[in-house]
Amino acid sequence: MLNVHATTRDGKEILRGITLKVKAGEKHVIMGPNGGGKSTLAYVLMGHPGYKVTKGKILLNGKDVTKMSVDERARKGLFLGFQYPVEVAGVNMAAFLRVAVNEKTRGKKSNAKIVSPIAFRQELMEKSSRLAFSDDITKRSLNEGFSGGEKKKAEILQMTVLKPKFAVLDEPDSGLDVDALKYMARAISELDFPLGLILVTHYQRVLKYIKPDKVHILVKGRIAHSGGADLALMIEKEGYEKYQD
Amino acid sequence: MKNIKTNYKYGFSKPETETFRTPKGLDKKIVEAISGYKKEPEWMRDFRFKSLEIFKQKAMPGWGADLSGINFDDLYYYINPSEKKFRDWKDVPTDIKDTYEKIGIPQAERLFLAGVGAQYDSEMIYHSLKTQWEKQGVIFLGTDTALQKYPEVFKQYFGKVVPPDDNKFAALNSAVWSGGSFVYVPAGVQVTIPLQAYFRINAANMGQFERTLIIAEEGSFVHYVEGCTAPIYTTDSLHSAVVEIVVKRGARVRYTTIQNWSSNVYNLVTKRMLVEEEGVGEWIDGNLGSKKTMKYPSVVLQGKGAKGEILSLAMAGAGQHQDAGGKAIHLAPYTTSTITSKSISMGGGRSSYRGLVKIINGAKGSKSFVRCDALLLDDLSRSDTYPTNIVREQNVTLGHEATVSRVGEEQLFYLMSRGLSETQATSLIVNGFIEPIVKELPLEYAVELNRLINMSMEGSVG
Repeated sequence: MLNVHATTRDGKEILRGITLKVKAGEKHVIMGPNGGGKSTLAYVLMGHPGYKVTKGKILLNGKDVTKMSVDERARKGLFLGFQYPVEVAGVNMAAFLRVAVNEKTRGKKSNAKIVSPIAFRQELMEKSSRLAFSDDITKRSLNEGFSGGEKKKAEILQMTVLKPKFAVLDEPDSGLDVDALKYMARAISELDFPLGLILVTHYQRVLKYIKPDKVHILVKGRIAHSGGADLALMIEKEGYEKYQD
Repeated sequence: MKNIKTNYKYGFSKPETETFRTPKGLDKKIVEAISGYKKEPEWMRDFRFKSLEIFKQKAMPGWGADLSGINFDDLYYYINPSEKKFRDWKDVPTDIKDTYEKIGIPQAERLFLAGVGAQYDSEMIYHSLKTQWEKQGVIFLGTDTALQKYPEVFKQYFGKVVPPDDNKFAALNSAVWSGGSFVYVPAGVQVTIPLQAYFRINAANMGQFERTLIIAEEGSFVHYVEGCTAPIYTTDSLHSAVVEIVVKRGARVRYTTIQNWSSNVYNLVTKRMLVEEEGVGEWIDGNLGSKKTMKYPSVVLQGKGAKGEILSLAMAGAGQHQDAGGKAIHLAPYTTSTITSKSISMGGGRSSYRGLVKIINGAKGSKSFVRCDALLLDDLSRSDTYPTNIVREQNVTLGHEATVSRVGEEQLFYLMSRGLSETQATSLIVNGFIEPIVKELPLEYAVELNRLINMSMEGSVG
């Protein structure tokens, strides 16, 4: 899926050559110490304007998306679940999501059918209740006034509605209580569409619910080690120290 | 003074049908001609003369928008489109109907047209009032007609809320006013459907000076909606209106304006409400168009427990300066006011919030809250805030909050990561920003406004 070097706007190199391949339907977990480049990787994949890919390519289903704009990548089936979701005041969450879904559909075919408001609302209600939102999500503004946990769950909700082919979830589990974590993890493991997933996390606990195909340790802008699900358990016990050099 | 019949073409390529217009420029003779043509009573003619003198003496405002581009000698001060008054929609000339079609008055509104007074050039030409309102004693007429038909009530209130010496442009309007609406709601009557009026400047170099007077008797309610759309002209035009509203004890008046003058118009309007005991006065004022706007709707809270609310929305694009805001004058105890201002500047446009909250000694227990939020879409644009508070009473609550924000990279990135284009994302952020005001608008207007904003974003975002 990718093989990149990336820098910040002022030229500081953060990703120093990362090669990662996620097949359709696979679940990969990325762990690593703070400052290792996990969030940068997520941003670079999505095309954040603050980072520049200096070397390498990002391929999505074999197609080079390295030069594509953020919205094009999204319409091609990429999704980023934010570590810190942004609040947009006065923008109704349901209306926004419907526009986003329609944009994606329209991107495929010019005469594509757009989703009916009623059907969409039903889907949204159903999916939000499975994530145990206490309030009627369709009436609320996008992330405005959401608790930390609600914001994280709302990212997952957006993902389940947008049905991307690949998703990067940047610490979807941090700040969630045990119940919210369960709902979140269940929503991810019971998706009604195939998804290639890159899950960035600090904690092993989420892996009780989501079984990864691979675990990667990201240190100082490089993948220091890759392994199976048991690697996460080992990290929990031993920390990252032995990968620091 | 001779009557000039013309039939020339202008921007919208509709033949003008007016039968009387004064020559360019302004002097006593012109004012006399306007008053004489309208067969006005002597007191009104004298009022106009007096106002003209005040206009001449008063200096231009030394603050606000730059008005140096106005040439008072190069404007027409009166054009009458038709000597005939129409009461039935079917009697309205086809070319005028065509004009409405082009302006794009939505279908839903056409249903309401039975109760609408529409202004074509500077005269009300069409009037129809729903029978039920007539039965309730509601008067909704062109201001000129009201002066003829209801001289006593007219004289009692006219020029009392906004006297000619209030400011230079109020004096100008008082001297040459023409058209506008007159609304009288008897005690206890609730007018459930908004009264709507459409205004439009239709001749190049035509100044438009409508005058609106609304009187809501005790315990009554009325919502008046005014929307303006003007086609494009090559030379500057001046729109200088005066709106006077009297809200009697326990009554409530809401006045909604969406102003979308073409970008060559100077829009200088004085709007004021007097609110008596336990009355409620509300202004919803949206300024999208014009070259320069100076408009500060005011509530004068003169009775105990009176409430005033001002929602001001300004959008300034390239070449525009919106100097807008509101004023709340607390003259009685336990009066409350809220001013909410939302402004958007883009493409090098400038918007300013200018507001005044005044609480006099003795207005104890009064409360006022001012909130102004500005959104900048780029580095070229500008936003300023000029709040003034004058408080002469100890026992009051006064709040002020102001924010200035940029459409941020993080917000755009977030929305675009869901597949929205930069234009769509920006429109969404802007629409979300003004949502607290838009939700107060009648649905058709909210839809129109949304459409307008999306249109202007397409022009401004790369």
